Amino acid sequence: MIGPIGFLSPWLLAALLALPILWILLRAVPPAPIKRNFPAVALLLGLRDRETTPDRTPWWLLLLRILAIAAAIIAFAGPVLNPTDRIAGKGPLLIGMDASWASAQSWAVRKEKLGSVLSQAEQDGRPVQLVMWSDLPKSDFASSFTTAPAWASRLDAMVPNAWAPDYPKWTAALETVDVNDIIWFSDGIDHVGKLDFLRTLNARGKVQVLQNETSVYAVTPLATADGTLKTTVLRLDGTTPATLSLSAIGPDPAGIRRRLSKADVEFAIGETTATATFDLPTELRNRVRQVSLDNVASAGAVTITDDGIQRRKVALLSGVREEEGNDLLSPLHFLRKALVTTAEVIEADLGDALLASPDVIILADVGALSEFETEAVTEWVSKGGTLLRFAGPRLIASGIGQLEPHPLLPVRLRAGGRTVGGAMSWGKPRKLRMFDQDSPFFGLTIPDDVSVKSQVVAQPDPDLAERVLAALEDGTPLVTAKPLGEGRVILFHVTASSRWSTLPLSGLFVQMLERLAISARAAALEESELLGLTWTPVEYLDAFGVLRDAQTLQGVVGADLATGQVSNEVRPGLYENGERAVAMNVIAANATLSKTPWPLGTSIAGMERPEEQDLKAWFLMAALGLLMIDIFATLVLGGKMNMRKGAGLAVMVIGLSILPATTIDAQPTDDKAALLAANNTVLAYVLTGNARVDEVSRAGLTGISAELFRRTNIEPVPPVGVTPGVDDISLYPFLFWPMSEDQSIPTVKAVDAVNAYLRNGGFIMFDTRDAHLSDSFGGATPNGRKLRQIAGRLDIPRLEPVPQDHVLTRTFYLLEAFPGRHLGRNVWVEAAPEDAAQIEGVPFRNLNDGVTPVLIGGNDWASAWAINDQGRHVFPVGRGSSGELQREYAIRFGVNVLMYVMTGNYKSDQVHVPALLDRLGQ
Amino acid sequence: MIEIAAKNASDLRSQSEGLAAGFPALLARAQQMAATMSIGAHGRRRAGQGEEFWQYRPAADGDPAHTIDWRRSAQSDQQFVRQMEWQSAQSVNFWIDPGAAMDFASVDGADTKAERAQTLGLALAILLSKGGERVGLMQNPEPPKQGEVQIGRLALSLAMATNAPDYAVPPNKLLPTGSQAVFLSDFLGDWDAMLVALSKAADQNVRGCLVQILDPQELSFPFKGRTIFQSMQGSVKFETLRANALRDEYLDKLARRSDSLRALARETGWQYHRHVTDTPAQSALLWLYGALDAGARA
Repeated sequence: MIGPIGFLSPWLLAALLALPILWILLRAVPPAPIKRNFPAVALLLGLRDRETTPDRTPWWLLLLRILAIAAAIIAFAGPVLNPTDRIAGKGPLLIGMDASWASAQSWAVRKEKLGSVLSQAEQDGRPVQLVMWSDLPKSDFASSFTTAPAWASRLDAMVPNAWAPDYPKWTAALETVDVNDIIWFSDGIDHVGKLDFLRTLNARGKVQVLQNETSVYAVTPLATADGTLKTTVLRLDGTTPATLSLSAIGPDPAGIRRRLSKADVEFAIGETTATATFDLPTELRNRVRQVSLDNVASAGAVTITDDGIQRRKVALLSGVREEEGNDLLSPLHFLRKALVTTAEVIEADLGDALLASPDVIILADVGALSEFETEAVTEWVSKGGTLLRFAGPRLIASGIGQLEPHPLLPVRLRAGGRTVGGAMSWGKPRKLRMFDQDSPFFGLTIPDDVSVKSQVVAQPDPDLAERVLAALEDGTPLVTAKPLGEGRVILFHVTASSRWSTLPLSGLFVQMLERLAISARAAALEESELLGLTWTPVEYLDAFGVLRDAQTLQGVVGADLATGQVSNEVRPGLYENGERAVAMNVIAANATLSKTPWPLGTSIAGMERPEEQDLKAWFLMAALGLLMIDIFATLVLGGKMNMRKGAGLAVMVIGLSILPATTIDAQPTDDKAALLAANNTVLAYVLTGNARVDEVSRAGLTGISAELFRRTNIEPVPPVGVTPGVDDISLYPFLFWPMSEDQSIPTVKAVDAVNAYLRNGGFIMFDTRDAHLSDSFGGATPNGRKLRQIAGRLDIPRLEPVPQDHVLTRTFYLLEAFPGRHLGRNVWVEAAPEDAAQIEGVPFRNLNDGVTPVLIGGNDWASAWAINDQGRHVFPVGRGSSGELQREYAIRFGVNVLMYVMTGNYKSDQVHVPALLDRLGQ
Repeated sequence: MIEIAAKNASDLRSQSEGLAAGFPALLARAQQMAATMSIGAHGRRRAGQGEEFWQYRPAADGDPAHTIDWRRSAQSDQQFVRQMEWQSAQSVNFWIDPGAAMDFASVDGADTKAERAQTLGLALAILLSKGGERVGLMQNPEPPKQGEVQIGRLALSLAMATNAPDYAVPPNKLLPTGSQAVFLSDFLGDWDAMLVALSKAADQNVRGCLVQILDPQELSFPFKGRTIFQSMQGSVKFETLRANALRDEYLDKLARRSDSLRALARETGWQYHRHVTDTPAQSALLWLYGALDAGARA
């Protein structure tokens, strides 16, 4: 290895040692004498060289030659730029990959590297075991070493995990493993226990760490502060400045996930953290489901949100008019206190509150609503709203829901209600019963000092039991709820103030509101809130930071979530229990990223290597180039070549050998049309500008195309119309050019294009469509005059009427006349050469060379050929069966023409067949 | 030489035709050059046969009556005889070195020495012919003649000359007494042979000019390194390991050759001129013309 260059057969470089000897040898040999003609040589006779040492080869020429030879030697030593490191060795090889979320960012690089490691192991014939430290160790992994190709075939299916590697588990599992080498694909992050694990590995075998240089980025969970969303972006490598952009993603009003907002963070040199702030209106903010770094595909670069950041709009209404100075008695006071920090509180009358589209409406001791209001609220609840009602004297007084179920009350109520533990009653205030397993409040601890003095009592209807969320010790329902449409109606059978119970005074009240998802929790989930519940994953994050539907994943117990660590069991994602959701993110709120402090002596290699490049060809080319220069230099020195001329020639030769062949640009053309024309046989007609004529041309060529397809091996695709000078006509073998009075004379460019086309083997069939009403071609008809105008500018050879022995008469069918829709007199082609001689015994002259580039006639062939979409002939030809015969002949002529276009004079060559056969016979 | 022997007649003919193709060009060039000169008279400055009026002299006894110029005599009582200037035609013989050594030019496209010599010679011949002199080539046995046809003949024989040895010497031709000779050569061949030939010509009481035509490379000797020098036909070869070391000696020998020529010319009353092919041919033509004129007047 010399820098990034390695050699396949480095011992060949020893030949370079011979170069100094070569130098001396080359120096000792005088340059070849220059031979010069010199008339005055007679004067030189008799002179003598005073010095006997010959003139030496100039040093630069020597250097040139030495360099050429050195380049050749180096070339044959097989130089390779950026050779892949070979991890040589024998015996079992254990490949361990961190395969964490941080690896996902550069997974392709890792896989590529892994592929090359495996192929080297394959070459060395080593047994290989490939594991991901982030997976759990399989019981049989120690004994399941297998060949490298078996692993290579599974390479494509390997994906990293979204969590960190679990080193302690592997430490135990590795005890029974017997390996020689361990290759460790590290993600560079100092995970817990990484260095201890390294020590373990070192004890098992020789460890080679592969680590790539790209920085790892991570995003901490969103937090709310001052009404904005904040997140911290972490990075591993702080040596370069960087600017990253983050996207806040969530459903739009139509429910489709899209980017709701964007924020940029900038890292200065040395900084490894930066804070991004999203300042969003509540509507938008409540919809944010995830924040991710753009262009970083890693679970760490995505943070998903639960309802923690949501602030619900809560409308508070009470039936009591606010009384000044009586705050503590106000039915809304405790609600306000409980909600104001975590929700958007709207206090307005019901009509206005509904307009603000609240998530929750709380009615504290509100009696009957008007019919209209009831309808509006019912509709709102059905659409997903939550109506929370608190009981109170007014509710009882209004008498609603007592005789028959009320839509806005979960249960029927008994008239009156009851009071326990009051001054006038005998019982003690009642305590709350422990919450049931299926209650949303399950797991909440009930403080001792919560007691209920008064309440409204539910009628014991059959469906009462299932509607009870919380009850008193004696089983009377305290909180009941019923679904209504997509929403629900909840009733606290006590007041929202402390008048009927001490519940609003306790922390339990706030927790209950939280569990009902009425107020969002302000901080991270308390452990206590998670414990005892089973949480169902809704969505999970894969290692690349893509949210996936967690259909098959099992539920997770709260205790596992409470650790806050994602792992094989607890995948990052969104977990739900009832109305509440918990997001598990890869990166914890207080996480930091730090580089693995590999101890000294650890063998670490990078991963991103430029592709290996064989330099042999370049060195050989250099050697060749130097030798070329040497040739010219020697020639110049030897007087065999003029210095100036030689230099020019040298530059030319070297330039020619280096410069890639450049193609001459053809006319600019529509690629698609060009491809069609180049890949198929396409007949083309010239657009005259007269729609009727063009349509006839198209139909005619379609007809003859169909006939060709049916009768011959020429299988054209549908014809196209072209405009010379605009379209590239060089791609079409055959151009049909009907004359119409009103077509314009071709432009200079078009004339050039057509002339080039004719010169390069194109074929144009001109049709005046006038049956040559005038005697000779191009006579007095308007189309004839037009033809003259056009043809006059074209490079058209001398013409003659098609002679009876012209190849056109026998390319496919034997023809004597060339009818179209008309049976005109003459069809003109390029005149035969003057000296065309008739060979004896052959019925036609030897016209082998010169395929006519044009065919000019007036028989309106296109009309005779034309068919419509149904394949029927469009124009009548002649009368009766003789007309049909004429059409048949017209088609035959068309076939002959196209055969002529395709095969040239092939049929004419056929005359030699007897002679050839005769000769072969001898 | 083998090469020449190998050539059959048709080769020779085609080659000759190729060479003769240069003849009109040579003639044209010569004529063009000659046209740059004004033709001067070659009068003998005494009465005699001629076309130019010389003088009237009083008729003396014995003058035939038809010689008397009656118009002049009528102006006085005396009779005058009209005398014309004696204009005898000089004959000038040219020797244009046909040696292969002359066929050399150091720069591509420039005149070879032979071309220069032929052009100069023919141009001078044209000038002289227009001046009424007789011109001829020493190579040819025919005596010098006058007129366009002779010029054509000269040009033809110059253009046709082929296959000469490397170094040629002037042929031994009997020159008319009092005629002039012009030798155009590089005079680089064997000196002794040259000296004999030149002396023989000078001995015939003939005056003339020696014009040494050299290539600039022959004057500067700009060679270096190991070199094999060979004459144009390859008859003489010389190898040196360090050509640059020979320069001084060579230039010295060349200078001595020129000196010898100059000395020879002085002894015989001839004139010597050195012409280098990278200078305009007109200057040499001018010198030649002047030299011959002076010779004629002397």
